Amino acid sequence: MTEMQEAVPIEAVRRRAEPAVAVHELSKRFRLKDRKKGRFGKKTRVALDGVTFEIARGETVAILGQNGSGKSTLVRLLSTLLLPDGGAAEVLGHDVVSEHRAVRRLVNRVSVEASFFKKMSAAENLSYAARYYGMTAGQTRDRIPAILERVGFPPDRRDESMENLSRGMQQKVALARALLTSPVVLLLDEPTTGLDPRSKLEVQEFIREIRSSHDSTILLCTHDLAEAEALAERVGILDRGRLLVLEPAAEIKRRYGAATLEEAFFAATGREFEAEGDEDDDREVFA
Amino acid sequence: MRAMYATMRAELVGAGGVVERNAYLTKRYIWWDVAWFAWTVANTLTIVFIAKGVEATGGSLDVNRTMTTLLIGAVVWAYLGILFMFLMETVAWERWEGTIEYTFMAPLSRAMHLAGQGAFAILYGLVRAAFLFVVCAFVFFDLSMPNANYFAAFVVLVVSSISFIGIGMMMSVLPLISPEKGPQLGFVAQGTLLVVSGVYYPVEVLPEWMQAISTISPATYALDGIREAILEGQGLTAMWDELWPLLVIGVVSIPLGLWTFARGENYAKRHGKLKRSG
Repeated sequence: MTEMQEAVPIEAVRRRAEPAVAVHELSKRFRLKDRKKGRFGKKTRVALDGVTFEIARGETVAILGQNGSGKSTLVRLLSTLLLPDGGAAEVLGHDVVSEHRAVRRLVNRVSVEASFFKKMSAAENLSYAARYYGMTAGQTRDRIPAILERVGFPPDRRDESMENLSRGMQQKVALARALLTSPVVLLLDEPTTGLDPRSKLEVQEFIREIRSSHDSTILLCTHDLAEAEALAERVGILDRGRLLVLEPAAEIKRRYGAATLEEAFFAATGREFEAEGDEDDDREVFA
Repeated sequence: MRAMYATMRAELVGAGGVVERNAYLTKRYIWWDVAWFAWTVANTLTIVFIAKGVEATGGSLDVNRTMTTLLIGAVVWAYLGILFMFLMETVAWERWEGTIEYTFMAPLSRAMHLAGQGAFAILYGLVRAAFLFVVCAFVFFDLSMPNANYFAAFVVLVVSSISFIGIGMMMSVLPLISPEKGPQLGFVAQGTLLVVSGVYYPVEVLPEWMQAISTISPATYALDGIREAILEGQGLTAMWDELWPLLVIGVVSIPLGLWTFARGENYAKRHGKLKRSG
């Protein structure tokens, strides 16, 4: 005899089934200066080339790629900071171009640079940023100290200028800023790059905690193979704007007959992982 | 209805966040602002002293009146400079600090974002303009203004601010397009606006084509109105001729400013110029 189940409204079922992030044939190109073609010479650089994937709700996906592979472009497109040249991207069913206001309520982001007003304190930076998301002073009075405490930020440094804080400390404040708005989708763009080993471990530990304690969906862009393997349920390899594969790390290794993710990356791209070209070397603007 | 109220409330809170951020920044850079104010005072004095210089070299003029006329021009110049600086340099500043992407990906509408920016600029600018006027008029020169209607002058400046903010919004798109040279072009706009508006002289002395342009410049009506209030003691009812053009230009310039900014933002997003590398 089957167990009696509580009726679930069809809308709730649909919502649950709907992917948190759906990207279809997403493309982005940039026009760059080409000095070889003279003073006004231009060339086109493909940053994303027909990228298609989905991320389920509550899932953590890591996108691996060298600098210049298109990771940051992907994050910026999902953050509504860039307009695509082709294809579409949706966050919980909202198109990132035509419904950008709805998308902005759902996502937040931590980037490689912890961008803050450096003369202002951590508490001040979080305070004004929270207002942009409609949070009143009453709502943030207790929440800001609590979230700073959660990321391991010392309470006695809350009112200190950001410029006096270490990179690791600033990155913790960046995580706190992103979590303060309770995003449904968290975009992490190389959040541990440039951090000392201890800070890196602390940030990674905190990402693990978010995974287990929040219902957040996480897209982690990184060029740290171990980080991707440790934190994500599925790993994607993005190379020169093309998503070559998106599977659990073990599947990727099996697919390429590799013992490590690094070997698999080499097999997939035909290039050494360390041999990084600078994403911005030949780009007039940040992509 | 409830959703609309919640959205409006969130928008107002967001605009308040822009004001809050600027208040924090002003607090953190207060001594730099004091130094900047000292420069403005010095610059204003160099202009107002011209009247004394003309008299000393044998010119015949009402020194007190001419000095007051010049002072009003210099104060409006400084006020406009502060409004444009807040609207433009904060975009440039945000790019420099790297916070611009976080501001632009927040769910706050651009209209309320710029409204918050403008509100703080007006508040800060009014306090600064009032202080500049008092310091120069009464501390340095002991000017006599027996009929002055300060309230009316203040209202004219506030009303003109709406138009100035609209023009400032259009200008603030420039740092998005060119972070290096964009802010400098704002000074071009400020100078052009004031030169055709009779900043230190009557508009009638200008060539006819410049006089034609002066009719669509809000600074023309602001300067006329403030001078009438300070020098002649005219009240607001007598200044309707200045107030209605200011309101009309404001009603046109704000949507035009928002439209221009939206176009610039789209351009920056299309070409990846919101944030520059390096």
